[in-house]
Amino acid sequence: MTFDPEELKRLEKEKARWEQQTLGSHLERAPERSDPFTTVSGKPIRRLYTPLDVPNLDYPEDLGFPGEYPFTRGVQPTMYRGRFWTMRQYSGFGSAEETNRRYRYLLEQGQMGLSVAFHLPTLMGYDSDHPMAAGEVGKCGAAIDSLQDMEVLFRGLPLDKVTTSMTITSTAAVAWAMYIAVCEQMGIAYDRIGGTLQNDILKEYIAQKEYIFPLKPSLRLVTDTIVFGSRHFPKWNTISISGYHIREAGATALQELAFTIADGITYVEEGIRAGLDVDEFAPRLSFFWDIHNDLFEEIAKFRAARRLWARLMRERFKAKHPRSWMLRTHSQTAGVSLTAQQPYVNVARVALQALAGVLGGTQSLHTNSMDEAYALPTQEAVTIALRTQQVIAHETGVTNTVDPLAGSYFVEALTNEMEEGALEYLRRIQELGGMVRAIELGFPQQEIANSAYAYQRAVEREEKVIVGVNRFVDETEQRPIPILVIDEALQQRQVERLALLRKSRDKDRWNRAMDDLRAAALGNDPWGKDLLMPRILEAVKAYATVGEIIGLLREAWGEYTELNII
Amino acid sequence: MSNDRKIRVLIAKPGLDGHDRGAKVIARAFRDAGFEVIYTGLRQTPEMIVSAAIQEDVDAIGLSCLSGAHMHLFPKVMELLKAKGVDDILVFGGGTIPDEDISKLKSCGVAEVYTPGASTQDAIAFVRDNLTRK
Repeated sequence: MTFDPEELKRLEKEKARWEQQTLGSHLERAPERSDPFTTVSGKPIRRLYTPLDVPNLDYPEDLGFPGEYPFTRGVQPTMYRGRFWTMRQYSGFGSAEETNRRYRYLLEQGQMGLSVAFHLPTLMGYDSDHPMAAGEVGKCGAAIDSLQDMEVLFRGLPLDKVTTSMTITSTAAVAWAMYIAVCEQMGIAYDRIGGTLQNDILKEYIAQKEYIFPLKPSLRLVTDTIVFGSRHFPKWNTISISGYHIREAGATALQELAFTIADGITYVEEGIRAGLDVDEFAPRLSFFWDIHNDLFEEIAKFRAARRLWARLMRERFKAKHPRSWMLRTHSQTAGVSLTAQQPYVNVARVALQALAGVLGGTQSLHTNSMDEAYALPTQEAVTIALRTQQVIAHETGVTNTVDPLAGSYFVEALTNEMEEGALEYLRRIQELGGMVRAIELGFPQQEIANSAYAYQRAVEREEKVIVGVNRFVDETEQRPIPILVIDEALQQRQVERLALLRKSRDKDRWNRAMDDLRAAALGNDPWGKDLLMPRILEAVKAYATVGEIIGLLREAWGEYTELNII
Repeated sequence: MSNDRKIRVLIAKPGLDGHDRGAKVIARAFRDAGFEVIYTGLRQTPEMIVSAAIQEDVDAIGLSCLSGAHMHLFPKVMELLKAKGVDDILVFGGGTIPDEDISKLKSCGVAEVYTPGASTQDAIAFVRDNLTRK
């Protein structure tokens, strides 16, 4: 069902005639702007798109119907006519108590799922009383040192009704174990615990840089969680394969897509290597995209990602279950696009980015707050961000039909080019020996650093306009914006809490749990045998702290040192 | 400083923060502008940064922090420099830093603080114009 070649030929002639007659004389009178017509990623965009730009587009083959292979038009048959995406604001700051209050507030305001931001010491496996935690406690997320803090974080929240996403990777297994333990205390059965663990370690080496262990033991830990999840937690997404951080580190939209899919391929290979059937675990793999300023480029990225993943899963990995082909995704507006200058203008940026995510068919969405170029958001700023999603859902009408931009010559051409470009990157990564090897060689890191630098130069040369930064600058601006301040005394309170915990917990149980975990971590042939997660769960229940558990694994596995690439 | 010696700048990432886009971009911009750039890499303690600065005999230190820990880490670097008797290294910083904190950081000796949207060329010009070692 492609275009008729004869008709395309006629169209080509017609287009040539238009160019000569109408366009030519118009350009003589009114030349186009001298701005480069490129996407935010620097990709050139043509003046006009017609069927000639998508001559081989085959409707059933390339687009199909929503809820069916290759899912270009969306993963559900009715999309937002059935239910809206999950409005899920990533949130956490200060103490577990303060964050718990923010969660209650957000749920009261109509948020539909929880998303936990942990502070850096938790993400890096240090307790709040470690010297490396100095100055960082509660600063960019909630201070969680042990199960005790996690109990407070979720106190009184309906974990049987809402799903919870946890943005944590190197120490994800510990956070998940703590979450499972809290759910157990609430009497929620394993098969009813729903949510997502970020757990995508490869993107840490590439972009987010919250790695701890070397690549091999890190992948072992991730695979262990995938195996554990596939056996006991049918509603849990064991991994959120994330382009977000790759993009924020400076990648183009295409690089974000390509490197993320390459990471996904690696996890599928690891799962298979661990002895799982692809259909046992692939349905629980989920994704996470960034949504930057360029509306159509972002929409094309979402659509191309779904088609590319579906084809890879069915053709290359021979997955049989449709859920294994489906790329389900969370998405977040681009933090890096927020400006410190004229911060209220960020509300407009976020709204347009969120619209792209919805037109791209996201399953879940976080909208950034206008004040995040300065600090974590205030409650007022978060409320505006959440309301922005509610306006898109309830007022704009874009949710009335499925994949409204399908069939646009421009969007379909961009979607095709996005998929082809990603396949080209995948071939290069394959030639290097796969994504793990490519990371060791610094390939994606260097590609991203180059793009980040090129972008910065383009902005400074004013080839790219950023309103309020290099154009429409307000020299008299006072920036009277309220900022969230984290209590500096929190660190001392966490230190005291830890000292009390270490004194009061059952020492025998703690000793046994830690010895058991150490033996499993040092074991030689445990790949994918589900050895680590049950032991981490027991250690967590024995109130071993994040720092103690990760410290033990650090001793067993060592630490990663990165190549310094600038 | 003799004329043939390039200006040496240490670009440093103190604390646990892993956001290195800004640090790398600024490092490359300084390098392209003819400076000698040393990039510390991630997860440096203030002690490590100060000892690297002394060892590498740098003229300036650029500190990058986007985790919110700048009010602990930047003053700590200034304090350690003072304790070592170093008073001729120009220190500047950047990150997600509220205006209120900028004046506090300046009062403890950080010469300039850049927030998102700042131009690398401004930072380069600032360092050239304000070096204390001549």
